Amino acid sequence: MTIELKNIVKKFGAFTALDGVDLKVANGELLALLGPSGSGKTTLLRIIAGLDWPDAGEVSFDGESTLGHGASERRVGFVFQHYALFRHMTVFENVAFGLRVQPRAVRKDEAGIRMRVKELLDLVQLDWLADRYPNQLSGGQRQRIALARALAIEPGILLLDEPFGALDAKVRKELRQWLRSLHSEISVTSIFVTHDQEEALEVANRVVVMDKGQIEQIGTPAEVYDNPATAFVHGFIGESIVLPVEVNQGCVRLGGKSLGIAVADGISGASKLFVRRHDMQVGPIGAGLLEGTIRHVRTFGPTQRAEVALCGGEGKTLIEIDAPRDRTLQAGDIVGLRPQRYRIFAAQD
Amino acid sequence: MGVATGRRSTLPGFGLTMGLTLTWLSVIILIPLAGLFLKTFELSFDQFWGIVTSRRTLNALKISFGLSFAAAIVNLVMGTIVVWALVRYRFPGRRLFDAIVDIPFALPTAVAGVALSSLFAQKGWLGAPLAELGIKVAFTPAGIFIAMIFIGIPFVVRTVQPILIDLDVEIEEAAASLGASRWHTVFRVILPSLIPALLTGFALAFARGIGEYGSVIFIAGNLPNVSEIAPLLIVIRLSEFRYADATAIAVVMLVASFLIIFAVNRLQRWAQTRIPAH
Repeated sequence: MTIELKNIVKKFGAFTALDGVDLKVANGELLALLGPSGSGKTTLLRIIAGLDWPDAGEVSFDGESTLGHGASERRVGFVFQHYALFRHMTVFENVAFGLRVQPRAVRKDEAGIRMRVKELLDLVQLDWLADRYPNQLSGGQRQRIALARALAIEPGILLLDEPFGALDAKVRKELRQWLRSLHSEISVTSIFVTHDQEEALEVANRVVVMDKGQIEQIGTPAEVYDNPATAFVHGFIGESIVLPVEVNQGCVRLGGKSLGIAVADGISGASKLFVRRHDMQVGPIGAGLLEGTIRHVRTFGPTQRAEVALCGGEGKTLIEIDAPRDRTLQAGDIVGLRPQRYRIFAAQD
Repeated sequence: MGVATGRRSTLPGFGLTMGLTLTWLSVIILIPLAGLFLKTFELSFDQFWGIVTSRRTLNALKISFGLSFAAAIVNLVMGTIVVWALVRYRFPGRRLFDAIVDIPFALPTAVAGVALSSLFAQKGWLGAPLAELGIKVAFTPAGIFIAMIFIGIPFVVRTVQPILIDLDVEIEEAAASLGASRWHTVFRVILPSLIPALLTGFALAFARGIGEYGSVIFIAGNLPNVSEIAPLLIVIRLSEFRYADATAIAVVMLVASFLIIFAVNRLQRWAQTRIPAH
């Protein structure tokens, strides 16, 4: 099922949760809504599900407006962050719930319901838990049951609100991969909300980055990581070094000193220079555009991370860079730094 | 180095608190109750059986248990609706209504009895219109029923209220997104989650009704076999200096109440294991 959102506005009192959001989701997509808390991503998900109504705008599924329908009529599977399983029902009955409350005319008979629930429990690989109650399950198991329950009604759309937010790191990782493979198996149009960039980049086909009720960028994980459209996206996705620079007639200055790097047309005045930590090349003094003193070096994994105090015009700026391990860095060294790849965005006030 | 055999507990003080608990329960509850039982041994079994199975005693017990059961059922239904409104909706005067629920707790029962009987008396505000319809409440079993509803309602409201407040709205949203109608959501999701609390509230209201004396005797009319409650019969026997008779009735009430409360408790425990508080 395709989803189209047009100019969605939602206010809670004086707070604007969504400020004119347009979004198209293709059939079978696995989309991530990524943003910090308060960016409006959960509100957007709830509006698609019919659990909230927009103040203005249009929501349509497969080209048909759906705002006239409540949550119970939209055939949208919704998975909650805290599972929202029915505590007084067994796992089996939880999954069967959506089938049991269907109108009599379309409801399956008991044998049909049993078969379908069995299928779904097999799909989430938890058929052996059918007779347990939710409080006897681990967090990861609960979330898989919640997913099976949502899938029981054969939804046209599957929505997941911070599905792994309440789980510990290891389980999260497992469930991410599992969700991705599950999606390729059933390929239902799915949207999940997360504030965890790694999760969004690793699981989704496309990522929608949101901030302050607006969409900042829509793109594949590679696009939003490599070509951030805005300063917000660059700062939010991946670890970045941010330096305040001054742009004047195509000339970029840091602390009064010209860096001699190119800048896109149209940017002028106070700006921000964004460099990924691993894109800042370390060399001897003079080889770089910037100079600094290494404060600490921590080595782990394939890289070493150095904390460098920049020698700038006004006071000292501390930045963290990642360098390959073959380069010997020591605390106290004075080094030259050169941004290999960088982006400059006009500073927002 | 400490006690070799005893396991260390992370919650020290078991011995002290358990000792205090047992002593206190003995002094306050068990010893008086034992005295009650001992008193009945002044009677032979035949005498005991005669008193307990006499028509007047049986009727009084029937009235006490039957009407308080019926009143507890009414409180269960109406109390749940009141809780629902108080918890789920915001309306002017909500806090006032919330406070009013506690009045039956705080009001001296005799005051409640006098108020109810004057209200439902033949010339009272409610009694007069009802009398025109041919319904007589004051000085009949119906009056007892009403008094028992009055004193029981806060028990249901106050036990269910916190549970309903804690009940996650997401549960209802989940039910709706799975296609459940409001009806299905209420009867298959919300009410079943409240069962342990509802049972507790019911048991408390029921128990309170069985033991109620003050508010009932003013409105009951107290006709033997018709509107005489068991606690009143006990008082009557005491005032006739027939202490053994009084205790015999008391023992029957005690045992019956205990069995009922125990059964409800078991039921509630069973529901609790299936529907944990969290």
